[in-house]
Amino acid sequence: MSYVSIDLSDLLIASLLVLANGVLSLLFGLGLAKKLIWSALRMTIQLLAIGFVLRWLFAMESPWLTLIAALAMVAVAGREIMARQDRRLSGLWAYGLGTSTMLAAAMVVTVFALTTQIRPDPWWDPQYALPILGMILGNTMTGIALGLQTLTRGLERGRAGVEARLALGETRFGATRHVLRDALSSALIPVINGMAAAGIVSLPGMMTGQILAGVEPVEAVKYQILIMFLIAGGTAFGAIAAVLGGIMRLTDSRHRLRLDRLANARS
Amino acid sequence: MQNLELRALKTAVGPDLSCSIAAGECLVLRGPSGVGKSLLLRAIADLDRHEGDVLLDGVSQDAVAAPLWRRKVLYVATEPGWWSDYVGDHFPDCGGITGDLEKFGFTLKCLEWRVDRLSSGERQRLGLIRALSLRPEVLLLDEPTATLDSVNAEFVEDVVASHRREGMAVLWVSHDENQARRVATHILRLSATEAVAEVVS
Repeated sequence: MSYVSIDLSDLLIASLLVLANGVLSLLFGLGLAKKLIWSALRMTIQLLAIGFVLRWLFAMESPWLTLIAALAMVAVAGREIMARQDRRLSGLWAYGLGTSTMLAAAMVVTVFALTTQIRPDPWWDPQYALPILGMILGNTMTGIALGLQTLTRGLERGRAGVEARLALGETRFGATRHVLRDALSSALIPVINGMAAAGIVSLPGMMTGQILAGVEPVEAVKYQILIMFLIAGGTAFGAIAAVLGGIMRLTDSRHRLRLDRLANARS
Repeated sequence: MQNLELRALKTAVGPDLSCSIAAGECLVLRGPSGVGKSLLLRAIADLDRHEGDVLLDGVSQDAVAAPLWRRKVLYVATEPGWWSDYVGDHFPDCGGITGDLEKFGFTLKCLEWRVDRLSSGERQRLGLIRALSLRPEVLLLDEPTATLDSVNAEFVEDVVASHRREGMAVLWVSHDENQARRVATHILRLSATEAVAEVVS
């Protein structure tokens, strides 16, 4: 197995493809050239920056710096969850619910994986901890965002149905059971589809990366399977906690539907 | 006998309201749109936050778990809500409703119908049957005949009257003065500032 390094001139040659796209946009008047170049530049700078940050973190070998980096990743992902909501919870809940449930789920699953399966030495070794947390975080974030979005939409559009169930004497969890089911299935479907398609329709990115880096394919596949399990677990824990938390927040102890706790609620 | 009592009940709009309804009685609420009649019924069922208290047989609603309270003091919206595709999913206990279904001209076959194919009148009648199947002690009806023709409206009045004879108390929001005269033991006329009670002989 071998690893072929690429250098700056290789990157410049590849960037010609983006430039070619820009020329096409100009020729056809698509108005995308500026955006295209700008986002390509942004991508380059962001990735270079994260490359240097990771190199520095790996060299420092500090548990505290690793933890701070992990929390920063969670904080950014939490903003992304909030940004993806059409109807947010009011106040601090808008950021707090998605972020705290994602933090709990992703951290528990990452620590579980590091201490019992992957077992690097030390267990928090940033070279393992940060990429694994990143993969779990990305998927948990998507799951929680979809789950909360489906929940708030389902409660708003299905308000008459939920209130009918409440009026007929169901509890707040009984009356929202059909909405909970929809929210969890939309949260989990990307992960389920991802597992079903892995290896046939798509070659997962991490495995592909390891193969390019010279890892023996069956070894890379074993890693990928492990990661898939971790992602499925993290997404399920996170989505269940976030959606149940959302239901708790959007109902009260007298089992009333409280859509007034959504931001800019009209009623 | 059961007795529903409102104590200084106040919703987001409308005046404070204190009154009581005995078992078998029917209090009809009248008043212009926007005066808070629906909100009042929702507050009595504790579906909205509100000031004041409601007691059933001397027991405050706050002393009873909300789901249990709502099964006893049951609110029926003008447009009943549905949460599943088929009518039958909304009736957990199909055995007990055959009689009421037949009174309204339905058969058990209707439980296999799709909710989105129902007419608004069918929805309203099925919503009432669904509520009655829980045998509430107090029924809160929000314009229960708004979408019905006069024949079906009369069926509704008859069915409610037969449940009243078994001791059910009724609060009935109606826009029809003639209907109010037919079904009420008392009429309460609401305005933005006051509530005036009237006994129907």
